[in-house]
Amino acid sequence: MSHHLPALVVVIPLLSAMLVSGAGWVRRRLCFPVAFLGMGITLAGAVGLLLQVMDSGPVHYRLGGWEPPWGIGYAVDALGAMVLVVIAGVALVNLAAGRLDIQREHPDREGAFYTLYVLFVAGLMGIVATGDLFNLYVLLEVTSLTGYALIALGRDPAPLASLRYLLLGTIGASFYLLGTGYLYIMTGSLNMADVAGILPGVRSTSAIQVAFLLCMTGVWIKMAFFPMHLWLPGAYTHAPSASSGLLAPLMTKVMVYVMIRLMLSVFPPSYAHSVLDLATPVVWLATLAILAGALMALAQRNIKRMLCYVLISEIGYMVGGAWLGNRAGMTGAVLHILNDAVMTLCLFLVIHNVAFRVRGVDLEHFKGLARTMPWTFAAMAAGALSFIGVPPTCGFFSKWYLISGAVQAGRYGFAAALLASSLINAILFFRIIETAYFESAPDREGHGGHAASREAPLEMLVPLLAVALATVIIGLYTGDIVTSLIEHVLPAGLT
Amino acid sequence: MQDLLQLIAARYNYWLYIVLMMVGFYAMIAKNNLVKKIAGMSIFQTAIILFYISIGYKKDATIPILMHAPDGAHHAVHAADYVNPLPHVLMLTAIVVSVSTLGVALALAVKVYQSYGTLEEDEIRERMREENASQE
Repeated sequence: MSHHLPALVVVIPLLSAMLVSGAGWVRRRLCFPVAFLGMGITLAGAVGLLLQVMDSGPVHYRLGGWEPPWGIGYAVDALGAMVLVVIAGVALVNLAAGRLDIQREHPDREGAFYTLYVLFVAGLMGIVATGDLFNLYVLLEVTSLTGYALIALGRDPAPLASLRYLLLGTIGASFYLLGTGYLYIMTGSLNMADVAGILPGVRSTSAIQVAFLLCMTGVWIKMAFFPMHLWLPGAYTHAPSASSGLLAPLMTKVMVYVMIRLMLSVFPPSYAHSVLDLATPVVWLATLAILAGALMALAQRNIKRMLCYVLISEIGYMVGGAWLGNRAGMTGAVLHILNDAVMTLCLFLVIHNVAFRVRGVDLEHFKGLARTMPWTFAAMAAGALSFIGVPPTCGFFSKWYLISGAVQAGRYGFAAALLASSLINAILFFRIIETAYFESAPDREGHGGHAASREAPLEMLVPLLAVALATVIIGLYTGDIVTSLIEHVLPAGLT
Repeated sequence: MQDLLQLIAARYNYWLYIVLMMVGFYAMIAKNNLVKKIAGMSIFQTAIILFYISIGYKKDATIPILMHAPDGAHHAVHAADYVNPLPHVLMLTAIVVSVSTLGVALALAVKVYQSYGTLEEDEIRERMREENASQE
């Protein structure tokens, strides 16, 4: 059983989706337990896979027993195993916290919602576990389609925002498909390891350069890398709370994983830097992404929308770090995949709790809320400190690696942008903390029952506090994570 | 000019798919109506499907189906006689993906129409502005 784990982490969510869908027809109250069970087993499988990889190195699996390059192979190394655990963990925690909200907002569509939720996770697990380029495209589209539907369940501008996301996201996925096609023409294979073996021998023609650029552009559109980020604020702001808590921490991070996988394991090492010499423009774009996201976040009154712009800024960290071309930068980018997923989940769960009680997430709705929701705002403070980059929260450590990598590579603009972003994040989050802790709650009647707001129910509070604790614990264990997981993934030649 | 024509004639499949892709891309950007944008997206994806199919073609090759004698004797297969079947298989999957995306897009367009009463992007924006103004 344990040597089937790479396939099981994708198959179990798929089967759960069918069971949840069936449960929706039979008895609606069964949907949540079946989905929760499915996500729990998936998390157990992902953790088992991580332990297996840490023990004996990368795991290779042949679907159906067919040898690559004819068959589809799944390949999980330390980086993939870490991201699988992150996906399964975030999905499980968010599912636990989301039940009450879905029950209240969409009582007649619970079956559909949980099915889409579990299918989304299945797609993400597959993207990370697969070792085949075309299989990645298929799972990418599974993820995207369920994501569009999850977003469209929200209140009014949500379907339009989802349609805009669909149009942009399809362009991105199509560019990735086109890049894969060019790679297939030049190498005759779709298996990642096989292509990596064949590519150095092929004359470096413009076809491979175009393949690289097309794949990169497609993945950048999907991860909302500035300036292709325009779909993200609308889509994630208007999505229902349970959907945005799933999509925001995971979707863009897994796309960053795909970019790093292409850069490290498919194309020859340092192809991006030596053959194409793209590092300078991309790092400058990343700098712009950080600054633009931070500045636009300052202008928002809706806190959920503000978080979306902070998320765009964080994507800039990861892309810039990966393209710095040195060990510290790549370590920072990979570590930030883990850290950003946890931090983003923490803050989106806070927003979820506030929206559950107060019916609005503008800055005015936060006035004096810390008095009635002390635990929620304690967790918010932890998440905010992580975004700002205060030790011992996890955000500090990935920022440390990124800044030292930037200085080592001579990219002082990027390093300055990272520091400026910390300052602007401090302004953004201290504004919220000040409003929540030090302003007095307005005593208005009839506007969503603010005067009667209480702490969020225990079912939503416990996952939030667990995630807030995780930001500190992951920060404290950063050294272990880097030495036992990330070090093995970076190519030996990277200084 | 002669060189350019020769270049286009030699690789006309690539030029064709690029032109088709740009037609779809233009429709997605410039058209106002949401359904026209969705149609442009469909054209965009179809161009990529045609590109994949065209790269599998070989001169004087036939369809990749093996016809055996009734006693099932195995003959040596010359790969050059048959069109490459792998891109066809990949594109079957891509067509399914494309159709699903089209379905989701049209369902979203129906929802948008139910909320705003129109499918023109500028009218939708007007109505959203009016709603925001009336809520302030």
